[in-house]
Amino acid sequence: MPVTAPLDIDGFVISAHFLGDVAAFASGEGSVFFAGGPETQTPVHKNGLLCATATLDGKSLITGGGDGRICKVNADGSVEELAEQPRKWIDIIAAGPQDSVAYASGRTAWVRLKSGEIKEFQLPRAFSGLAFAPKGMRLAASRYDGVTLFWVNAAGDPQELSWKGAHSLISYSPDGKYLVTSMQENALHGWRLADSQDMRMTGYPGKVKSVSWSAKGKYLATSGAQAAILWPFMGKSGPMGQAPLELGVRGDSMVTAVCCHPQEDMLAIGYQDGMVMAVRFHDNAEVLLRRPGAGPVSALAWDKKGSRLAFGTEEGAAGVITLVD
Amino acid sequence: MSEAAESRIPVTVLTGYLGAGKTTLLNRILSENHGTRYAVIVNEFGEIGIDNDLLVESDEEVYEMNNGCICCTVRGDLIRTVENLMKRKGAFDAIIVETTGVADPAPVAQTFFMDDDVRNAAKLDAVVAVVDARHVQQRLKDTKEAEDQIAFSDVILLNKTDLVSAEELTGVEAAIRKINPYAKIHHTERCQIEIADVLDRGAFELDRILDLDPEFLKKAEHAHDHECGPDCDHDHDHHHHHGHDHTHDHGHPDHECGPDCDHEHENPHSVKSYAFKAGDLEAKVFFDWINQVTQIQGPNILRMKGILAFKDDPQRYVVQGIHMIVEGNHQRDWRDDEKRESRIVFIGRELDGAALKTAFEACIAE
Repeated sequence: MPVTAPLDIDGFVISAHFLGDVAAFASGEGSVFFAGGPETQTPVHKNGLLCATATLDGKSLITGGGDGRICKVNADGSVEELAEQPRKWIDIIAAGPQDSVAYASGRTAWVRLKSGEIKEFQLPRAFSGLAFAPKGMRLAASRYDGVTLFWVNAAGDPQELSWKGAHSLISYSPDGKYLVTSMQENALHGWRLADSQDMRMTGYPGKVKSVSWSAKGKYLATSGAQAAILWPFMGKSGPMGQAPLELGVRGDSMVTAVCCHPQEDMLAIGYQDGMVMAVRFHDNAEVLLRRPGAGPVSALAWDKKGSRLAFGTEEGAAGVITLVD
Repeated sequence: MSEAAESRIPVTVLTGYLGAGKTTLLNRILSENHGTRYAVIVNEFGEIGIDNDLLVESDEEVYEMNNGCICCTVRGDLIRTVENLMKRKGAFDAIIVETTGVADPAPVAQTFFMDDDVRNAAKLDAVVAVVDARHVQQRLKDTKEAEDQIAFSDVILLNKTDLVSAEELTGVEAAIRKINPYAKIHHTERCQIEIADVLDRGAFELDRILDLDPEFLKKAEHAHDHECGPDCDHDHDHHHHHGHDHTHDHGHPDHECGPDCDHEHENPHSVKSYAFKAGDLEAKVFFDWINQVTQIQGPNILRMKGILAFKDDPQRYVVQGIHMIVEGNHQRDWRDDEKRESRIVFIGRELDGAALKTAFEACIAE
């Protein structure tokens, strides 16, 4: 039976991450909370914390806030300011290779390189999501009517991928072959980058706000329905013409967060009512990890080994669940 | 109403042309309404400072929904800003959205109906327009936006009244009434108004459509009475006045105005309101029609409101719409002391009033 170490967070849990062995929870009120480290809480942003993600080395959290600051928060509770855009709400952030960080507000995005140099990118309409390609300094930005791909260091025109509608969340497949966005119209859109082939993934009753690639990028797990929807990406044409897996089906609650296990074909699913389950892909076997309560699950993260799961909810409940064989 | 619905954060939208006094009104609300904490969303930080802790700058991003309908537009930036604000739910009690002078209010309002997440988190309370009494006539001649803002509003502050004469003011008010007969109009100087007249209006709540009754049809019916003298001899263009057909019943057949009549003789407005009244309606015929008319003429319908009596139905039915979005529900039993009556108002651009009237009358129960 799994063992849970609960944690009370002051605020909406925006995201959870393991920084080594320490679980870090970013709270909408502006602080980062820790479980298993020397610090329990460190204030980061004055006017609310809007977005957070882990650096690629997994050692730190980078955060953006309503105070226009972009910060790096370490597992020991230390905070380093990386950049500031006064009076802007920084609500989109992405971690890139070589300690680079991309962030955006309105129609401008910036990339801060390890050297401290900051590059600026503009779009005619607002940036709504950012993702770095797994290889090379390439930044993908979702926007209205498609995606723009910028080269961060090289000159040259950005590449445009068009598909009508408002695209928000954006994610590269781990092999870099596919780019997927979530859309205002309760759907996913994907591109096979080799030939810009479009892929439509529809049928969601709600917006897709959480996506997670399974080990080796075989499946893309998504929220937005009363089950986790997993699109197969192992074939040559991705999910085209194939039915997705539907895991953890419940008739009474929507899936709000998904997080695939780092090694095995299994994922953690968080629901609107606060329940968390682990579900295996091949036989749909379910293990209850948390009972409903304290708001929709808004954050999930596995540690590197996949033996502990951090979770957080919109109403500030959080914790670390240790799976025991 | 469910508990979840009641916990939704109220949203007030402030519109109005540049220089009309929006920021003055905003600062008045923020400084006077003690005890309520606001999140304020502005398009850009203007020259006049806004004194508020939670102030968000947001570029207006109008998105078309991918359903093939050109009037199904939302403000993408608002969806995101509201979503972000909900991560700090404890930090504020209400939201005020200040739009630019040239903003179309429809996408702003539709955002609160068309996006599920926004709809679950926030409810549109009212659209408030600040209108400069001195310049609005010129704005109405020059621009479509000024007209849209007035047409869309639930509350209108006719501001800077100290800068115009009493006659000019009457003319301005008449011009506004032609576009929007049911908004609540307040005359103000420097936006001096009771905050309660602007906030917590519940203008989009079906339950409270009843509260709008006094302005709702009465003023539409009598609009001409207020602006035309008995000797006024100008030529009303009847194409522009279909909406006032029913005023003919009030002994006003020739639109004769007095020589000192100061309202707009050549009406440049393309937005008109059309109000119709009848007894009991056939529910099925009405719903078929309202669905069809909002589908086909949705882009031209800015606002629609109705209180309806259906045959063999003891309850009042209330309905409202923005472009193609239509909402309706039973409200309460008709009282013994009130007349069962169906009334509906359309405010729109290039609507065929005669056709609407014929179609509405076809809904009348035998």
